[in-house]
Amino acid sequence: MSGLNWLSPAPEDFGSRVRSAAESGAFASLAAHDLSFQQLDQLGRRFRRNVGKDRAHDAITLGLLGSGTLDLLAPSIEASGLRHGLDIRVVTGEYGQPLQDAVDPRSGFNVAEPNAVLLSLDHRTLPFPKPNGSDDDTLSAARSQFNAIVQAIKARGVGVILVQTVPLLSESLFGHYDRQTELALNRRLRRWNDELAERCARDDALILLDAEDLASRVGREGWYNPVQWQMAKLPFDQQRVPLYAEHVARILAAVRGRSRKCLVLDLDNTLWGGVIGDDGIEGIQLGNGSPEGEAFVAVQRAALALKERGVVLAICSKNEEGTAREPFQSHSEMVLGLDDIAVFIANWRPKSDNLREIARRLNIGTDALVFLDDNPAERAQVRGAIPEVAVPELPEDPAGYPDVIWQAGYFETVAISADDMARAEQYKANAEREALAAEASDLGSFLKSLEMRAVLAPFRDQDMVRVAQLINKTNQFNLTTRRYTQAEVAAMSKDPGLYTLQVRLADCFGDNGIICLVICRASGETWEIDSWLMSCRVLKRDVERMVLDQLVEAARAHGVARLEGAYIETSRNGLVADHYPELGFAPIVEHPGRWRLDLADYVPNNPPIAVSWAA
Amino acid sequence: MGKQEIYEKLHAIMLDVFDLDTLELTAETTAQDVDGWDSLSNVRLVLALEEAFGLRFNAFEIGSSNNVGEFVDLLESKLS
Repeated sequence: MSGLNWLSPAPEDFGSRVRSAAESGAFASLAAHDLSFQQLDQLGRRFRRNVGKDRAHDAITLGLLGSGTLDLLAPSIEASGLRHGLDIRVVTGEYGQPLQDAVDPRSGFNVAEPNAVLLSLDHRTLPFPKPNGSDDDTLSAARSQFNAIVQAIKARGVGVILVQTVPLLSESLFGHYDRQTELALNRRLRRWNDELAERCARDDALILLDAEDLASRVGREGWYNPVQWQMAKLPFDQQRVPLYAEHVARILAAVRGRSRKCLVLDLDNTLWGGVIGDDGIEGIQLGNGSPEGEAFVAVQRAALALKERGVVLAICSKNEEGTAREPFQSHSEMVLGLDDIAVFIANWRPKSDNLREIARRLNIGTDALVFLDDNPAERAQVRGAIPEVAVPELPEDPAGYPDVIWQAGYFETVAISADDMARAEQYKANAEREALAAEASDLGSFLKSLEMRAVLAPFRDQDMVRVAQLINKTNQFNLTTRRYTQAEVAAMSKDPGLYTLQVRLADCFGDNGIICLVICRASGETWEIDSWLMSCRVLKRDVERMVLDQLVEAARAHGVARLEGAYIETSRNGLVADHYPELGFAPIVEHPGRWRLDLADYVPNNPPIAVSWAA
Repeated sequence: MGKQEIYEKLHAIMLDVFDLDTLELTAETTAQDVDGWDSLSNVRLVLALEEAFGLRFNAFEIGSSNNVGEFVDLLESKLS
């Protein structure tokens, strides 16, 4: 038990289950529990020993540089990665020399070629000297060492660098006066932390791990452990490792597009107290008048706040549909309205079936769902049937529900684009389109009725956040799953040897934003399709046929004779296994998995999408 | 807690800490006899024992035992 309250407790026989995990394939499901440091560490080491050699296609090699003994952190970070569907291998630097490790090309750290780095630096490594005079810049020493490390890492092409704020110390030199004088180390650390956050906001390669926030949440006095530091130079109390490792893995999952997209809510005793079918609209507990009623208002407020930042909301309840909708329509204390809900399902079928249906209607994976339900039996049913759905443990008292949602951090994000804020509306429109499709007699007339309009452009500076986000987050409709950092994408857009394309799609229900990207690499008379990816929000809309028409036209204009593309299989992109043959590409016999399209005989598809180019 | 009980608990913890499937543990066993008992996993062991037995070792105690027998004696005296 380590304060990861949203996870279910570890099984009694955890140790022996870990020892047989290679045979039972239970590594990921064991990682989904609230584990102590010992348990997490044991799981991570056994995982690395048994299956560590077979890396996933989009595996992360995380270089870990920092203060003190870092080796005890590595297995826990790897095991926490399993919880988020990530294959993370941690490479630690030598003890006490992060700068040398970063700079020396022959260091073990650099030889391992990390594609992401965590700088777990604190006041024991970065220098924070006391001021010499009144106008002395007390942060300049830390800044220059930090910059040297970051520059060396960037120079080796690493574009994902997690940097942590420094948890404050329990030291209190002047007492309450500490906040007012640079002579107090905590004041200098506070200023450093603020500066770091600002740098992360400006530099796309830097991603903030707010360790100071973690430490203050669990209590600053229990963060650093002087006994463990003196015994083995452990940078912070080992009991905090599960929390720290979870947050590292969570951020990396967000970078890789594995954050959740949709919060599915039960109704009775989750959004209001009581059972609407038995107690009726007058009888349910909601709103002013009782502590219980206020607690449920707070739950609804939390859900609404998430919806307003782009999380999709759905309802999954065992009820008659009409009864279930009643409070939304006529209870004056309801915070959520039917307008806030993208998919509303109330019936008597198993909840797992209904969750699959919600994912299908929204065109997202079941691994993008979080399911909030007060009933332990329902939670167990869903966990057993669809383990990839996140189902948080909830306390008895609904007053504790919002904190569980916040602590679990299912919707972690590393950058906010304008599209993110509009996301919930777009998914809702999607579900409405789905309903229209069910009515339309044939697919062709349905697509026409959508009145789709596409705006195309090469990768543009003003859209770079969204473009990089799509490249790193898209898992399903993604032919090669090649990940590029925003800096790399920006460089690509200026490379004359590359052809880049971004597609924005609007229709009668609204603007979907940028939903498709293509990168082609010119090589003589061939364009090699390096990347082709699309948001699943616009699946089965013939967008890919329109895009191919446009690609062919552009290629011909460049004197190109053929397109070549590859399908690189991952655990999540089976959707596009037949993408190229379905578009008329022919297999290249000598290269299985590669496909070719000769432009000479290409006939445009001309699907019903109006195409224009951005000015 | 008797010696026998301490040995059993220690044995279970060592299996997990050193990630072993089997381990023969006697009073004469030393770190050299056990796969993976290096300085780093010794830190793991100390932390795990503190957690499991609900006690704290001081700096002097951590380096004081020459074999498992002496270590069990130490645990027994701390637990009594």
